[in-house]
Amino acid sequence: MSDVVDKSAVSMPADTVWAEKVSFTSKLPRWISMLGLLVLFLGLWQGVTSSGIVSPLILPTPAETIRDIGFVGRNLSSGDYMLPAFWVTASEVVWGFVVALTIGVTLGILVGETSFGERAVMPYIVAIDTMPKLAFAPLFVAWLGFGIMSKVALAAFISVFPIIVGTAAGLHAADENARMLFKSIGASRLQTLVKLKIPTGLPQFFTGLKIAAISVVSGAIAGEFLGGGAGFGELIRVAASQLDTPRVFSLIIYLSLLGLAMFGLVSWLQYRFVFWQRSRNSITTKTPRPAA
Amino acid sequence: MTLATAEAAGHLARPVYELSRVSKVYGESVVALESVDLTLRQGEFHAVIGSSGCGKSTLLKIMAGLTPPSTGRVMLAGTPVLGARADIGMMFQQATLFPWRTTLQNILLPIEVREGRAAAEAAAPRAKSLLELVGLKGFEATYPSQLSGGMAQRAAICRMLISEPNVLLLDEPFSALDEITRDFMNMELQRICRERNASAFLVTHSIAEAVILSDIVHVMSARPGRVVRSIAIDLPRPRTLEMTTLPQFGAYVGEIRGLLDKGAFL
Repeated sequence: MSDVVDKSAVSMPADTVWAEKVSFTSKLPRWISMLGLLVLFLGLWQGVTSSGIVSPLILPTPAETIRDIGFVGRNLSSGDYMLPAFWVTASEVVWGFVVALTIGVTLGILVGETSFGERAVMPYIVAIDTMPKLAFAPLFVAWLGFGIMSKVALAAFISVFPIIVGTAAGLHAADENARMLFKSIGASRLQTLVKLKIPTGLPQFFTGLKIAAISVVSGAIAGEFLGGGAGFGELIRVAASQLDTPRVFSLIIYLSLLGLAMFGLVSWLQYRFVFWQRSRNSITTKTPRPAA
Repeated sequence: MTLATAEAAGHLARPVYELSRVSKVYGESVVALESVDLTLRQGEFHAVIGSSGCGKSTLLKIMAGLTPPSTGRVMLAGTPVLGARADIGMMFQQATLFPWRTTLQNILLPIEVREGRAAAEAAAPRAKSLLELVGLKGFEATYPSQLSGGMAQRAAICRMLISEPNVLLLDEPFSALDEITRDFMNMELQRICRERNASAFLVTHSIAEAVILSDIVHVMSARPGRVVRSIAIDLPRPRTLEMTTLPQFGAYVGEIRGLLDKGAFL
């Protein structure tokens, strides 16, 4: 058929051919963009501090901060006084996360699976979630003392809500078709929970878990700020009171490693268990592709 | 052409489904289904057609034991339907394969749920021969994300057949597929039903699909949902896609369209 069509009639003149516009940055390798942004940021920082616009007491120079990061690193690796402090905070984070996970999954299943939980328990959870949770710190100190327990409690308290919500929302994620199919093959409630609702809800559960893994570190540090103790929060508080801002920055950097480790662990677990939904970007969860 | 002529022609196999005065009322006064009487005999293929909201999906759910009727009685193989049953196979518009299970594990799900993991493992060879039947040989270990829409529905057919159901309830099983695949799948469905002498009850939006597959087409109207007429399709078996060009076929389609225009779209 194409033989009969006069091709010159349908082909466009060359100057009307258009090309898709591609931005300059999208053609670069990702690491170059990232490195470039970092260099730009450090340069701006150095400029602002060394020109005297901002007092070095308020904002140290990048060079000073990097030097101090090295110092703290050597202190930690030689097992000096900072290492025990790091382990105190790390154990608060880990225990806080374990407690939040246990309570969060239990309450999440209660709320997501039972109508009593959904109707009677959920309103209270929402109500408590809207409260400023850090304000509870003095109560935890009064109940549990100045030791590690009050920090674990606050860390768990702050990170438990995304786990509850992620679990409950995950259990509601199975669609009508899937529920009907399970009903039609005579599945019991437990079978529907284990074989349908839990696997369907895993992506949302892990999204909640990732938020919790990050906020649990904030919870532990806030607990140390407000209730003393022997962790990194205390070191930050002391450094800040001495206007040792490079130290504050470098301690925060090492704390972020703790958060990164927690986040990495959860991401790895998600990659391992939610194998049917692996995406390159670990922060955002890809929406599942419909099966049909 | 009426039901009586079909029965007179000798289609008097034993009844599989018997519905008498089945109705469904939601809330106080929303009548989804009003007094439906229906008999499906062994080896017969019935279709129910009607506009959206005429209660045809409700009818199917009641037949499957997924929701109880407000009044009336549903008998299947001589016993009342009071919940999900192993002698019913169901299929929906979506394949609903689970992405964490391989194709084989998806097909074995009904056995696993009803009889446990050991029984499911024992049924694996049967599942493999079903996969071969629908042309999916070699896809046992494939995950659903790698199957096309048509392949996924074929896997769903296997899952429906794994429990060796006597009757198939089909809720617009191929309406999400493109027309070419859909025609092909419908012919596959006919072949499967004939091979097993299975009875089938199909809910569809497509008049042509209903006519080419069915022995009897039930035309439904909405508000309240009821069967306006049951039309026996007197075309030879096995049906072929070429039959859609016959004047007889056109006459059936025209008759059903006329009924739908009068009743269902008001």
